[in-house]
Amino acid sequence: MELGKLIATRDGFGDEIAELGKENPDLYVVDVDIGKSCKTAKFSKSLPEQYLNVGIAEQNGAGVAAGLATCGKIPFVVTYAVFGSLRMCEQIRQEICYPNLNVKIACSHGGVTPANDGASHQAIEDMGVLRTLPNMTVIMPADYVAARKLVRAAANTYGPMFLRFTRDAVPVIYDEDQEFEIGKAVQLREGGDVAIIANGDTVRLAIQAAEELAKEGIQARVLDMHTIKPLDTAAVNACLEEIGRVVTVEDHNIFNGLGSAVCECAAEAGKGKVRRVGIQDRFGQSAPYERLLAMNGITVENIAAQAKALLK
Amino acid sequence: MYEEKAAELKERARQLRKTALTMIYEAQSGHPGGAFSAADIVAALYFSEMKIDPKNPKWPERDRFVLSKGHVCPIQYAALGLLGYFPEEHLHTLRKEGSILQGHPDMKKCPGIDISTGSLGQGASCAAGMAIAGKRDRKDYRVFVMVGDGEIDEGIVWEAMMTANKYRLDNYIMILDNNGLQLDGTTDQVMPQLDLSAKAAAFGFDTYDIDGHNMEEILLTLDKVREAKNGKPKFINAHTVKGKGVDFMENKLEWHGMAPNAEQYADAMAQLERGEN
Repeated sequence: MELGKLIATRDGFGDEIAELGKENPDLYVVDVDIGKSCKTAKFSKSLPEQYLNVGIAEQNGAGVAAGLATCGKIPFVVTYAVFGSLRMCEQIRQEICYPNLNVKIACSHGGVTPANDGASHQAIEDMGVLRTLPNMTVIMPADYVAARKLVRAAANTYGPMFLRFTRDAVPVIYDEDQEFEIGKAVQLREGGDVAIIANGDTVRLAIQAAEELAKEGIQARVLDMHTIKPLDTAAVNACLEEIGRVVTVEDHNIFNGLGSAVCECAAEAGKGKVRRVGIQDRFGQSAPYERLLAMNGITVENIAAQAKALLK
Repeated sequence: MYEEKAAELKERARQLRKTALTMIYEAQSGHPGGAFSAADIVAALYFSEMKIDPKNPKWPERDRFVLSKGHVCPIQYAALGLLGYFPEEHLHTLRKEGSILQGHPDMKKCPGIDISTGSLGQGASCAAGMAIAGKRDRKDYRVFVMVGDGEIDEGIVWEAMMTANKYRLDNYIMILDNNGLQLDGTTDQVMPQLDLSAKAAAFGFDTYDIDGHNMEEILLTLDKVREAKNGKPKFINAHTVKGKGVDFMENKLEWHGMAPNAEQYADAMAQLERGEN
């Protein structure tokens, strides 16, 4: 996949899950009637014996997956992030996280990427809600390459996981040979003046902001924090101790997502200042994806401005 | 042909009720009403019908039992304890700190629990997942899921039933403990249920209406269910009495979730000992 190519991370999920299914007959997909949109068509066509579609019944889908997991299957329940976090939330808590079963909740339409579908479909609180469930791992890859690698890592790592992908296309930022480890941040750029910690579709914005800052002689360390739980606290603490100025960026409410997780670290370390860029605790509307980001200040310009404010 | 077996299982059910009541009395907390309405069926499943191995609780070929109405778990714990899934002394630890016998079943703590339950309705879905795995793996185990008649107010139960129909899960046996009472009143007061067997039939199930305390009828029905390998999931509508076996608990709402005091416990144990109700 060439660098800069625009492709949604849900495509990365769809391509990788089909490969994984061929390799492991115990890997299942449980759809809830939005499989086409979530890119499971390749899987369902080639692996019907490992595929289920329980209709528009998310709660049941999560419960069925828990039952499958007790019998040694590795089910991926596939839906949109807003439904996979909220409509299924109690089933995920009771039947997946509490018994610590090997079920993955794989969701397209993360953040405001469902754009013109409007607020009902935009997931702004999903990662935060799931971050508070014991045993849960919460991941959002930054691009197609990261999506494929992290889906593979999720399939090969025991435990409940929530994976969040974009509906909209985002540029490929990683080489094919980039390695990913769940719970370990990827450092994309080194710098000692400020740290920008981002995840998902905002990593590209963080990189651009760092490039803009560099033009003004400000060197930013950029981290892709694809896993917000377990958080790579070593990487965060290194930013707090070595730099002391951190801007977080996420396509998620500034409450309880990446920004909050980093603030928890800073508060416990008693070190560093943090500024959070993200959804400003308000519902969205039908609008283009980039406009929705801009309405919340999730822009290259604002990330750079927040970084400079910390340097004052 | 069922007479002797039925008598033996009635005795088991009596033992289960006494054990469960003692657990609830010692914990001073729990749900005797629904435990007693379920006792005869639980006895028939654990001591006769199910293909299980108490020495190997995770045996992949075993039949599964999902107590979706998880709050009546003392009756299941009693069966597991008497079968030797764990040392019987654990039966005195219900709802106590550090116990394997949590207030609602925990598959990670208690051997023999096939899935953790406690939030009503969800066990029905989990059981469907287990039954699908069995079909896909060409295994011949079956999944028994017990739901309460109050519990089926939950929409997820009906979503699970649709799934059982779609995937032709004749290895999925839903048993309704139809005792007519739920926490806030009779089932008809709280949420009218109409003809549940007709509803289940409309969802694609083979249905069986039985007296859930008549052991011979229970055994006869389980035989029929076992033989009906026709692609259709099964729905046993077991008409039961909440608090069955203790006269002052029978059909009494307040015994849904209340522990007996010393006097009530002695009276109830004496009644269960005599086995007259």
